[in-house]
Amino acid sequence: MIKVRRSTVIDAPIAAVWRVLRDFNGHDRWHPAVARSALEEGRRTDQVGATRNFTLTGGERLRERLLALSDQDHSFRYTIVESEVPLRNYVAEVTLKPVTDGDRTFWSWQSRFETPAGREAELAALVAEGVYEAGFSAIRAAVERPSISTAPQAPAPARGAAIEGTAMVVERHGGPEVLQPARVAAPPPGPGQVRLRQSAVGLNFIDIYCRSGQFDLLTPPGVPGLEAAGRVLDVGPGVRHLAPGQRVAYACPPVGAYCSVRTMDAALVVPLPAGIDEETAAAGLLKGMTAEFLLHRVHALQPGETVLIYAPAGGVGRLLCQWARHLGATVIGATSSEQKARIARAAGAQHVVLPGEASLEEQVRALTGGRGVELVIDGVGRDSFPHSLAALADCGHLISYGEASGPVGRWDIGALAAKSATISRPNFGHYSDTPEKVAASTARLFEAIERRILRVEIGQRYPLSEAAAAQRALESRETSGSTILIPEATEDERA
Amino acid sequence: MAEVYTSSVIGAPADQVWAAVRDFNGLPDWHPLIAESRIESAAPADQVGCVRAFRLKDGGFIREQLLALSDYDFSFSYSILESPMGVENYVATLKLTPVTDGSRTFAEWSAEFDCPPEREAELVELVGQTVFQGGFDSLKSRFGS
Repeated sequence: MIKVRRSTVIDAPIAAVWRVLRDFNGHDRWHPAVARSALEEGRRTDQVGATRNFTLTGGERLRERLLALSDQDHSFRYTIVESEVPLRNYVAEVTLKPVTDGDRTFWSWQSRFETPAGREAELAALVAEGVYEAGFSAIRAAVERPSISTAPQAPAPARGAAIEGTAMVVERHGGPEVLQPARVAAPPPGPGQVRLRQSAVGLNFIDIYCRSGQFDLLTPPGVPGLEAAGRVLDVGPGVRHLAPGQRVAYACPPVGAYCSVRTMDAALVVPLPAGIDEETAAAGLLKGMTAEFLLHRVHALQPGETVLIYAPAGGVGRLLCQWARHLGATVIGATSSEQKARIARAAGAQHVVLPGEASLEEQVRALTGGRGVELVIDGVGRDSFPHSLAALADCGHLISYGEASGPVGRWDIGALAAKSATISRPNFGHYSDTPEKVAASTARLFEAIERRILRVEIGQRYPLSEAAAAQRALESRETSGSTILIPEATEDERA
Repeated sequence: MAEVYTSSVIGAPADQVWAAVRDFNGLPDWHPLIAESRIESAAPADQVGCVRAFRLKDGGFIREQLLALSDYDFSFSYSILESPMGVENYVATLKLTPVTDGSRTFAEWSAEFDCPPEREAELVELVGQTVFQGGFDSLKSRFGS
């Protein structure tokens, strides 16, 4: 018999949390793992004995029966009747209790069950993290929203009216000087769309590739940028996960983030929990989601593994070091100067290798008792790839996630047999192109930021109109930490 | 029957907080209202049924009996045998629960008692805020919140 117990504290009154949780048929509206929920035989959602029929976002089917429901104890119990996930004799209990000191809510979610032999740890982790902790994060994002009721809201725009704002436009491919200010109009949101008033825009190296023409994500004249945060002005028909006044962020194509107001597809826009401000979201969402999918999904990093991280002082590199260390791995950073080595150590790297008399792989072997590392995370590309392969332990995993120094080129996969090596070449888009993937990824990321496992450092702030100067600084490696662009309020907006 | 329920979150793992509050004779170590305490008849402080006699900093004298103690549940219950508060049938329970999300503890302190109706509001405030929340505030300043 396995017992799983998870608990958290939600910064909202118990009535607000219970209102959401009490609906036995409503978990598809908030839980990232549940795609669809339906009650069988026309039962009511608060009818003890009712059976809900779940389709999970992974496609699995699940039937669960309500065993007990108490409004007095803010508690319910349920059992799995039938499941494609092999959890047997599963009985779970959700209980809320008021935290009178601060009008908050203590939430306990626990269960006992049996599994096929050998799958205990895997299924216990699925239940604890994939179901219970993911649920905590989703509810936290949904109910911890003091800003909605307390913040002054812009008056609702007249239906059908476009809202004017400012943007930076790439007029033609070229250097930073091709970025020019322009007036833009954000139309009312259509079906599935949201209109945002943006307060911070994230600056990323990919913006420079879009401007120069190296990547074909932007056809001039066009607005660059893939990442921003702000407030919802209004939503179009069919948008259920966002509401006017809500604080939100996104990190996704298409380009168009360098602006003050934007109308866009709402599917990949996520609500921000109370503990994460808009500037932090704009500075850390793309980099943080990158670190999330590399360390949790492309490779599920295990305690005791040793990981080699390139560019550990960079934006993604620092988050990788912090997170990998928290997960119990030994972290080796590979960088080019003592100054960057200090930043890497501060971010959690136990060892740093610098260019020297010994090659990178020789230094890594010396640090690992000759074994090599279980995981290499390499965004450098051409210059580093052969060294990354040589630094791997037997059965090691090399993740090549970027090509800052140029393309890796052609390799004979037969050479991998010398170590039974695995190579991954992941693409951000495939890990963040559906609402379910983004919800799961950001739930994990936001929790890590709120628990101070990750620290998003904002090194520079530029007015949006000075985006060219900001890109110049990033290109010449003068920046440290993340850079954000702040849209200026127009005369109309100030009025 | 008056009921009091006070709860808080303390910034340390439950086993650490439990180590601080488990001692039925240890109130002076962590509760700001208590001046001194002893266990009657030289009984061990974790013997269920033992009686603690303690003096408040304002001079009041109270005797309480340990009714239940669980290291498994991180909880204990006790009744008041004698006090200047003017309550009867007073039974209280302190219980700690780990918050797995972060190394924190959910702490609950509840009581039931009988008293004259006109004094109920005053006594609920005294027990819930001065005694229970006062104790939690002291634990929070020691362990973090």
